[in-house]
Amino acid sequence: MIEIVSKERCVSCDVCIKVCPMDVFDRGADGIPVISRQVDCQSCFLCEAYCPTDALYVAPFDHPAPAGSDQTDEEAQIAAGAMGSYRAVLGWGRGRRNGSRLDQNHLFGVN
Amino acid sequence: MMQTDVLVIGGGPAATWAAESAVTAGARVILVDKGYCGASGAAAASGNNLWYVPPGPKREASIRKKADQAQGLVDEEWMERVVSTTWDRLFDLSDWGYPFPVDDDGVQRRSSLQGPEYLRRMRRRIHRAGVQILDHHPALELLIDADGVVAGAAGIARQDGGRRWEIAAGAVVLATGGCAFLSGTFGTNPDTGDGHLMAAEAGAELSGMEFSTHYGPSAAWGVHTKGRMLQFATLYEADGTRIDIPPGGSVRGIAMEREIAGQQVFASLEGVPENLRDMMRYSQPNYFIPLEKAGIDVFRDRYPLRMVYEGTVRGTGGLRVAGPECQTTVPGLFAAGDVATRELITGGISGGGAYNGSWAISSGTFAGRGAARFAITRGLRTARLRPDGRVGLRPERSGTAEPELADELITATQERILPPALTVRRTEDELLITEKITDGLWQTARAELGGRSDGRDVLRDRQAAAMIAHLRWITASALYRRESRSMHRRLDYPELGDQNYRIVVGGLDEIWNRPETGADERLAS
Repeated sequence: MIEIVSKERCVSCDVCIKVCPMDVFDRGADGIPVISRQVDCQSCFLCEAYCPTDALYVAPFDHPAPAGSDQTDEEAQIAAGAMGSYRAVLGWGRGRRNGSRLDQNHLFGVN
Repeated sequence: MMQTDVLVIGGGPAATWAAESAVTAGARVILVDKGYCGASGAAAASGNNLWYVPPGPKREASIRKKADQAQGLVDEEWMERVVSTTWDRLFDLSDWGYPFPVDDDGVQRRSSLQGPEYLRRMRRRIHRAGVQILDHHPALELLIDADGVVAGAAGIARQDGGRRWEIAAGAVVLATGGCAFLSGTFGTNPDTGDGHLMAAEAGAELSGMEFSTHYGPSAAWGVHTKGRMLQFATLYEADGTRIDIPPGGSVRGIAMEREIAGQQVFASLEGVPENLRDMMRYSQPNYFIPLEKAGIDVFRDRYPLRMVYEGTVRGTGGLRVAGPECQTTVPGLFAAGDVATRELITGGISGGGAYNGSWAISSGTFAGRGAARFAITRGLRTARLRPDGRVGLRPERSGTAEPELADELITATQERILPPALTVRRTEDELLITEKITDGLWQTARAELGGRSDGRDVLRDRQAAAMIAHLRWITASALYRRESRSMHRRLDYPELGDQNYRIVVGGLDEIWNRPETGADERLAS
């Protein structure tokens, strides 16, 4: 589930509020999105994919991360290279090559 | 009230193909999505393999093979239409710039689509073609005109204070996805079966609901049901003993057995050669990224599995297709994608994988063209439109419900469908218990559920009603099919019987079943 909105990185473009299919964010008073409905998050990572500044982190769990977990720790996730990892593999963002060009699913099972 | 020729409800592949087809046929089109068109639904979140075969002997062989696998219930004419339409439409997708991988001979490989890129392209395409897209506009009910024809829909704008919207339309395409009962499987939580409920209120029939028994493997703590890479996995017991996979067996099969027995099983991709690893990662990023985020190196470590229910999304049932343009049995109402039954091309086996992807493209195309034709021929009616929604929206005793009622009803519904012991191995006794419980849930919902003021609560109530209705259709159809066929397994009827026909189900207060007849089929083709 969504755990981190980086205040440092966020540029208040609101794109995550808009693209989240489960409507988990609201706009905060300071322009930074607030995670208002975390339990509705289905960990689809699409907010990460659309975030232009890699300011979001969605943990891979079906439940909120416990307090004190490194899954809620922005610095730990930046250090692990996890912030923006989905966007990178999709090849979204300036100067990147579309990840779909590297799709080799035909090797792993055919019709 | 806004007006349009064709209203498309939904925002995934079937919805966008329908919108594209309708606008290209000369209709004005509005698309309303519960979430965000481009990110909503099972396809956007994941990879999409397609049933994509060139014309000629290869295609004929593929159709024959799939028809054999399906143990009856398919329609080879429909299979041919679906595979040939998918083939043609992928040339369009290529023209619109989808970045397909290219093989050594410079030929595009088009049998797999990466969800986020695919849906982003589809959104851009329909936007440029003039479709008006309204995100976060969940539809709650249909509008019916004086002739009993579907003539629009109404819902709420959930990011705009939950205000009500109403749109009059010459025809409506439902492309709201299947129903996965909020099981959590990534990408499927928007799929709560709202479209089926609206359609059933208008009198639409469903089919194949007994085949809603599919589960996908994810990490025990996760939601990413990606099974394809597990074909290369080594399995272990909790105590570290290696599990041999018997000939003809599969990792999925073993994981399912263990799930039912309440035993944890562990997987690792330790045996995969180095040179395949990057390729695998780019092909199925949503398998690898959650594991990486959890600190697991899947090529070295073992992690626990669980099986997660995927409802009708990767089951095969849905609204009965009553004509070649994907008409439902209600005039003015068309169905595309997972909201419709996929039995015509899959019979009773899972629509997951290649089938659903191709069905979304082709049924979206048929429904969009059909809806445009219907709307342009008949014209728009805007007078005396009747909002048709009932349970979850307009309770018999308004204002009596506790705020927790929707959540309680959803939990009670999930308890009778999510456990594989109830869904994968069915018995008459347990099905009758489910029937009794869901009768009660429906009565409660009918009497009390709904009438709240906050838009998100209104949606929640309506979703609860849709999920109860689904469990009732599934249960009735599972009772009616007194045999084991494809995905539907009855412990008390373990053999394939003589029910070599599709089972139709309908109704809300009273659920009914009947076999599909030859006359129904002639109409459909």
